[in-house]
Amino acid sequence: MQVIVDNLDTFGRGVWGTVVLFLWATAGSLVFGTLLAVLRVAPSAAMRAAGTAYVNLVRNTPLTLIMVFCVLGLPILRITFTDAVGTQFRIYAILALVAYTSCFVCEAIRSGINTVPVGQAEAARAIGLPFGQVLSLVVLPQAVKAVIPPLGSVLIAMLKNTSIASAASNYELISAMRNLIEQNGNAVIAILLGITVAYVLLVAVVSVVIALLERAAVTV
Amino acid sequence: MSDQQRSTHAGASPSGRRPLVVLEGVDKHFGALHVLKSVDLTIAHGEVVVVIGPSGSGKSTLCRTINRLETIDGGRITIDGADLPAEGKELAQLRADVGMVFQSFNLFAHKTVRENVTLGPVKVRGVPAKQAKERADALLERVGVASQADKYPAQLSGGQQQRVAIARALAMDPKVMLFDEPTSALDPEMINEVLDVMTGLAKDGMTMVVVTHEMGFARRAADRVVFMADGEILEDAEPETFFTAPTHERSKDFLSKILTH
Ligand SMILES: Nc1ncnc2c1ncn2[C@@H]1O[C@H](COP(=O)(O)OP(=O)(O)OP(=O)(O)O)[C@@H](O)[C@H]1O
Ligand SMILES: [Mg+2]
Repeated sequence: MQVIVDNLDTFGRGVWGTVVLFLWATAGSLVFGTLLAVLRVAPSAAMRAAGTAYVNLVRNTPLTLIMVFCVLGLPILRITFTDAVGTQFRIYAILALVAYTSCFVCEAIRSGINTVPVGQAEAARAIGLPFGQVLSLVVLPQAVKAVIPPLGSVLIAMLKNTSIASAASNYELISAMRNLIEQNGNAVIAILLGITVAYVLLVAVVSVVIALLERAAVTV
Repeated sequence: MSDQQRSTHAGASPSGRRPLVVLEGVDKHFGALHVLKSVDLTIAHGEVVVVIGPSGSGKSTLCRTINRLETIDGGRITIDGADLPAEGKELAQLRADVGMVFQSFNLFAHKTVRENVTLGPVKVRGVPAKQAKERADALLERVGVASQADKYPAQLSGGQQQRVAIARALAMDPKVMLFDEPTSALDPEMINEVLDVMTGLAKDGMTMVVVTHEMGFARRAADRVVFMADGEILEDAEPETFFTAPTHERSKDFLSKILTH
């Protein structure tokens, strides 16, 4: 483990890169995934079709392909966000993670919505609530309980998927691993173990947060 | 609550009253199933219409088309002379004017009894919270569940939940109230507490469409009884006439089945 201690800065940069990607992508996926879920249960057939089409298209595409599209395709389409190259790649990677993960967030929310008896939405419509408030005031609050566990799995998978961003010029744990191995060919096993432990600990933190949220939702 | 008074409630003739809900040639299919077959029905202001008929005859569907929880394939439905709007803001506004009470109560499970009653007035009608709460407490008092206001629906008996559901509908000051088998999910000892509230509403002049097999209620409170079978209205008569002299074989048969026990 000496190799990790000796290269704590490289290692730390890797952890930080993964955490930053994860946090931004989580925020983005929760927002966009909720929007997709709303589309998929909307009264308008066109909205439902749009939601379904997006989810089926993107969910069934390998994340690597989406990542490459964002990193290589978006610049060709002249879609840029900043002149700082490092930040630009980070934004592309976050976009790819959000585009992909939102599909799974959407499905988790939709399955949660399906656990709420239809009578709840009907009663809400019957007192004259418009579609948005039927969802936000009556259905979603009752769906939260059922949404959190699958959402936890989705976010944990996404945390591991941040590794694909290393292929898109993002510095994170896998990039750090590659760096360390190049410089310390004699300590590959130790490096792999160190990186693994980092992922496991990060996943553990996410799991604890999810468990706390779940407990809070159940006691509401 | 509407203040309009009706001279009599049972056995009154609908003639002379302004029509409130009008169905003309309403058709509804579920796939290949023809559930409503060119149904015509007029419900006047202040009228109480009981709908009965065998299971699957389309009673619930009829009820649900009136606030467009089910869309129709043909014909026309007007409320107070205006066609039912398509999906959207206007439809939501219309639904606010049509109270609905469900067989399975459908109280909002995550809200207290009082919150169930204030939600619509506050969010749909823009009533200030304090005023909505006072009104809710008065309505809960009226249906006899004032002491339960801070509990959650699951902590109440079925009869209490259904009375809260009635209060929730009343809080919107509806022009008409739809009841779809409001007592058929209740234990027998709780049926009367709900029917008593409904009878009170009928006496106060509320316009009501009630799907029920409670014949005592129909005799006591209804102006008309409508008998449905296979998606058609076969009889539309005053309660006494319907119970003593039904004209259709189907209704005679049906009555003999439900009245013998
Ligand atoms: N959402 C639906 N999809 C498909 N078929 C339906 C749907 N709702 C009702 N039906 C069918 O339409 C017919 C009429 O149903 P409806 O619920 O209106 O009957 P009902 O008179 O209320 O019966 P019950 O006394 O059992 O409540 C039935 O055959 C029923 O199976
Ligand atoms: Mg029914």
